[in-house]
Amino acid sequence: MSPATLIPPILALVLAPFLLAIVNRTKAAFAGRRGQPWLQQYYDLAKLLRKGAVYSRTTTWVFRAGPIVSLAAVLVATAIVPLGGARAPLSFEGDIVLLAYLLGVVRFFTVLAALDTGSPFEGMGASREVQFSALAEPALLLGLAALARLTGKLSLSEIVATISGDPRATWFAEGPALVFVVVALAIVFLAENARIPVDDPNTHLELTMIHEVMVLDHGGVDLAFIEYGAALKLWVLGSIVVGLVLPVRTGAVLVDALVTVLGLGALAVATGAVESSMARLRLLRVPQLLVGAGAFSALALIFILMPR
Amino acid sequence: MGFIEILLVLVIVTDLALLGASRINSCIRFAAAQGILLGVLTLVSGAEGHTLRGIALAIVSAGVKGVLFPALMTRAIREARVRREIEPVVGYTTSVLVGVASLAVSLWISSRLPLVRPAASTLVVPTAFTTILVGLFLILSRKKALNQVTGYLVLENGIYSFGVALVEAPFLVELGVLLDVFVAVFVMGITIFHINRTFDRIDTDLLSSLKD
Repeated sequence: MSPATLIPPILALVLAPFLLAIVNRTKAAFAGRRGQPWLQQYYDLAKLLRKGAVYSRTTTWVFRAGPIVSLAAVLVATAIVPLGGARAPLSFEGDIVLLAYLLGVVRFFTVLAALDTGSPFEGMGASREVQFSALAEPALLLGLAALARLTGKLSLSEIVATISGDPRATWFAEGPALVFVVVALAIVFLAENARIPVDDPNTHLELTMIHEVMVLDHGGVDLAFIEYGAALKLWVLGSIVVGLVLPVRTGAVLVDALVTVLGLGALAVATGAVESSMARLRLLRVPQLLVGAGAFSALALIFILMPR
Repeated sequence: MGFIEILLVLVIVTDLALLGASRINSCIRFAAAQGILLGVLTLVSGAEGHTLRGIALAIVSAGVKGVLFPALMTRAIREARVRREIEPVVGYTTSVLVGVASLAVSLWISSRLPLVRPAASTLVVPTAFTTILVGLFLILSRKKALNQVTGYLVLENGIYSFGVALVEAPFLVELGVLLDVFVAVFVMGITIFHINRTFDRIDTDLLSSLKD
């Protein structure tokens, strides 16, 4: 493990909340507002970290463990996800499966903590979260499987490096399949991060919330962990999508990483544009979107598996 | 992956979109897009290629499928005043999955189908089979007469793409088929109008209760 591989996780840890700021500023620009300060997410996190928390007597240790385990799992995920051409510090054969399961652990503990509060609203949010992620997970796994099959590699760093490093063998040879994978992963990116069109991060009406409703009872440091974990999750999934789309490979780790960071910024702007230009889908339509993403991933896998 | 493959992949995408679309309007639009895609496919595929006949066939088929049929069907919608399929026999989500499954089946079939002449692309036969299967499935699984007409068009598109990319001189055959389809859509337009006037709806289920 060379020191250069520490660049992606360090950038992630420092810059992840900034992505949310970009999304918010884009939405503000669309709405004609000035928007919150660029560093608002950091101020919020600092404020929350200074606060104490109030725990309901209904809750058990599961409620307190939820945010900690979730943040820990996301931190591990940041360690295995490369930033474009810049490799991740941890990479081994099969870490694509680990990534899917780390995201699963985050979700599982968020859901457990929500159920532990005994609040019917949180139970409803938990049920929706589980339903939608059960549909988003096949899309993610099939998409990653298609990428693994295309590149013949089983670790994220290798896959992204191959795709961005040798576009002639990947994008030109299997362009449509890769477009399908990118579309599917982009939908998974929006769904997993509770963005429009699957969930609205700004809504505060319990009946329509999915992710936000599950964290209603968390406060103080716990909430800071959850918010920071959400920002890191946005960064992790975003850097996979950007890593596939931006085939930039200069050889210098720092340059590669910075180009990908710029790409992430563009992705955040795109997310903000999507949120400003469309409404959240009806709950009944969301499964259709996610199954569509799964169908795209499956198509990509079929194309790549197809004998020439 | 060349231009032909990209066209064929787009045809498959329109198949899936047709399976997932709930509004009749968007169904018609997807079917029209598919017709135009197939017109372009006629131009770039090897069999008829750039001969005058090939260009004429492309223009006629794209014009009929991409402009004339949608106009006829939109008119039928206006007369029947229907907007969307309320209760398909098979749900939209399941339909999309069926579409993916039929693509897999088509790939399997085409992998063991000996061709006399190599096709313009390995994707041609699977795409044609998928489109045929999707068309059949649309006819079977939708209740509204208009959606069934769309399914019929998709079925014909599948056969057309099969012919264009594989057969040596499909010009006359294709024109004949096109004429048949045109008459069929015309007749179905009239039928839809009559079903609608008799029952106030265009669910074909109602026809099974007819007695003499």
